[in-house]
Amino acid sequence: MRLAITNGRVIDPAQNIDKITNLYLSRGKIAGIGAHPPEGFSPDKELDATDKWIIPGLVDLQARLGEPGSHYAGSIATETQAAVAGGITSICCPPDTTPVNDSQAVTELLQRRARQAATAFVMPIGALTQALQGERLSSIYALKQAGCVALSQANQPIQNALTLKNALEYTASHDIVVMLRCEDRQLKNNGVAHSGMVSTRMGLPEIPPSAETSALARDLILVEETGIRAHFSQLSCARSVEMIAEAKQRGLPITCDVAIHQLHLTEMDVLGFNSLFHVSPPLRSMADKQALLNGLKTGVIDAVVSDHTPIHKDDKLLPFGESLPGISGLETLLPLLLKLVNDYGLDLMTAIRAVTHNPASILSIQTGSLKNNHSADLCILDPHGYWTLNPENMVSEGKNTPFQGWEFIGTVEQTFFQGRPVYRNPNV
Amino acid sequence: MSSRLSSPNIQLNELGKLHHFLTLEGLKAHHLTEILDTTESFINPNTNEIKKVPLLRGKSIMNLFFEPSTRTRTTFEIAEKRLSADVSSLDIQTSATKKGESLLDTLWNLQAMQADMFVIRHAQSGAAQFFAQHVAPHVHVLNAGDGQHAHPTQAMLDMFTIRKHMGDIFDLKIAIVGDVQHSRVVRSQIQALSILEAREIRVVGPKTLMPENPEALGVHIYHNMEEGITGVDVIIMVRLQNERMTSALIPSEKEFFKLYGLTEARLALAKPNAIVMHPGPINRGVEIESAVADGPQSVILEQVTYGIAVRMAVMSIIMSNAAQLTQYQTEKSVQETAQEEQA
Repeated sequence: MRLAITNGRVIDPAQNIDKITNLYLSRGKIAGIGAHPPEGFSPDKELDATDKWIIPGLVDLQARLGEPGSHYAGSIATETQAAVAGGITSICCPPDTTPVNDSQAVTELLQRRARQAATAFVMPIGALTQALQGERLSSIYALKQAGCVALSQANQPIQNALTLKNALEYTASHDIVVMLRCEDRQLKNNGVAHSGMVSTRMGLPEIPPSAETSALARDLILVEETGIRAHFSQLSCARSVEMIAEAKQRGLPITCDVAIHQLHLTEMDVLGFNSLFHVSPPLRSMADKQALLNGLKTGVIDAVVSDHTPIHKDDKLLPFGESLPGISGLETLLPLLLKLVNDYGLDLMTAIRAVTHNPASILSIQTGSLKNNHSADLCILDPHGYWTLNPENMVSEGKNTPFQGWEFIGTVEQTFFQGRPVYRNPNV
Repeated sequence: MSSRLSSPNIQLNELGKLHHFLTLEGLKAHHLTEILDTTESFINPNTNEIKKVPLLRGKSIMNLFFEPSTRTRTTFEIAEKRLSADVSSLDIQTSATKKGESLLDTLWNLQAMQADMFVIRHAQSGAAQFFAQHVAPHVHVLNAGDGQHAHPTQAMLDMFTIRKHMGDIFDLKIAIVGDVQHSRVVRSQIQALSILEAREIRVVGPKTLMPENPEALGVHIYHNMEEGITGVDVIIMVRLQNERMTSALIPSEKEFFKLYGLTEARLALAKPNAIVMHPGPINRGVEIESAVADGPQSVILEQVTYGIAVRMAVMSIIMSNAAQLTQYQTEKSVQETAQEEQA
């Protein structure tokens, strides 16, 4: 099938394109961009995109898909639907599944389910250590062969420095990126909230910024020593942004990301003990939020992720500290990012790059752009569409969003995956 | 989930009166004064005895203790019986209610047994508020201590004791000595003192036991005991928990006593008529010297007696507010019907 999407504003940071033009798709691939179709191209169908934006399908470096295991809500079938409803067509799923994705079998299971769903590109991340225990290495070569695009410890960073050093050293020769969450378990000390004004007032057990920064300092040293390509996941502190900037300046092969909710929420949101605001790492101070946003603006922070964690209602219906941390975020990643563009001076190109070209480059995969011959994964937006988030209307099985009632400008109208329409906004 | 989740004042009803008693934060001075005045009415001025009254006859109160406690639970039970309520107490193992469904199921089951009020103690900060959000509208929740968050009845009995001895809390200087950071009692005391406009609230102790953001509480931090208690009207000593030593927050009880123990010599630095308080049970020779604990300026045992009367006051106020609200709602609906008929 050949499709021409005409007169839309095509935005593709990978090629530095931002202009009103036509986009041509053929057999699931991008066939060209421009006023005139490529030679020999005659569309079977035309889609008028006047006043619309066309951007590459988003690449999300961290989203839990609820499978395998019943720890989280949802399944690959439901959560990939949620992804494309949010304009996301490529998803990395962290290894903290049940069982843990530390084997070829689990990786292949994930891929098989994703192929059956055929809604979005699911890229498993393998566990760096067996069962994420932080002790014995997983079969890293086998995981890579099976198709894992990266290795990580999800939210269970390796505490033992020697184990981490060995893991990085071993992995360095396998040409695969390692994703590191920085958290010192002792300093975290069973805390549930940022140590600041709010935790002091509410008596919530505290997680100091040093739980993140001291682990980051250690990890940066080990990354430097082993020369591995490392990606730092879900930073939450101002100081972490400075440390990453410094390390990048010294030429370390590192990248990093931030979860979108960290750019909108702060410790103040925890004041009502509302467990929907319970996340890991915790929501931090206004200054931290500002530093993270600046980091994104200046390019110190490469990518923005949803950190999608669909949670059963019962697991949030608990006192704050006993509830499961996490936000169902696939459907709000792009809207919240556009809000930063509309309200907080984030450059549009930078914003889109942080969820398309940059994460794709971090994984060294051929997606996240509208280049010729790339998979035709894209999203058509109405930049003026106004809507209000109602959790009941969310596609994800996890309705755990703290953004209920938020107003957004910019709606996903259609999402294409491999040239097929996989989502159409029911309200359009 | 409804928006009342984040509403700070779910403890007030539509007439602005206490419906639950979860924390002192957000309450007005008149709420606190009403509690203190009502407490007064339960104590025989001559004998200090607490009267038995039929105020809560026919009402069912359930004490749910998710965290072990003997003293607080006993005072609540006595207070409830003195109010002639039907009392049942349950010790609930937290482990058995790990999943959300069963935690709330437990609550709803008990609610179905015609409970009018739950007195709840739980190890998680915010637990009392959580329960208050999920009980039926006619059921009341009283916080008997949630994590490190609040213990409002304990703080109110301390306010009562202070008022009894010093007349008014306004214009007093108060020093709270010991583990402020991990104490729900102190957090509530500080809020009560702020609402009642104490002149100065000082917290005294080593850095590891002090809040990192004292400005969030409106207190002044002193690391030196002598400086901290000089010229104060009230000294509140906080019990030192054993865990503080095992988690390396302080070296030993001995060193703590050397630096922060309340001795007669140190007490002499406070105002001559200063009172010494302690929520109990005291660690003699750790926070406080026996000579001080048993001395003329100590009001420690009085606090225990007042604890019963304060809890009676809070419970009776809540139940009478409920009756008032029902009357108000009935009158309102009668009026509305009349207006509709006129129209």
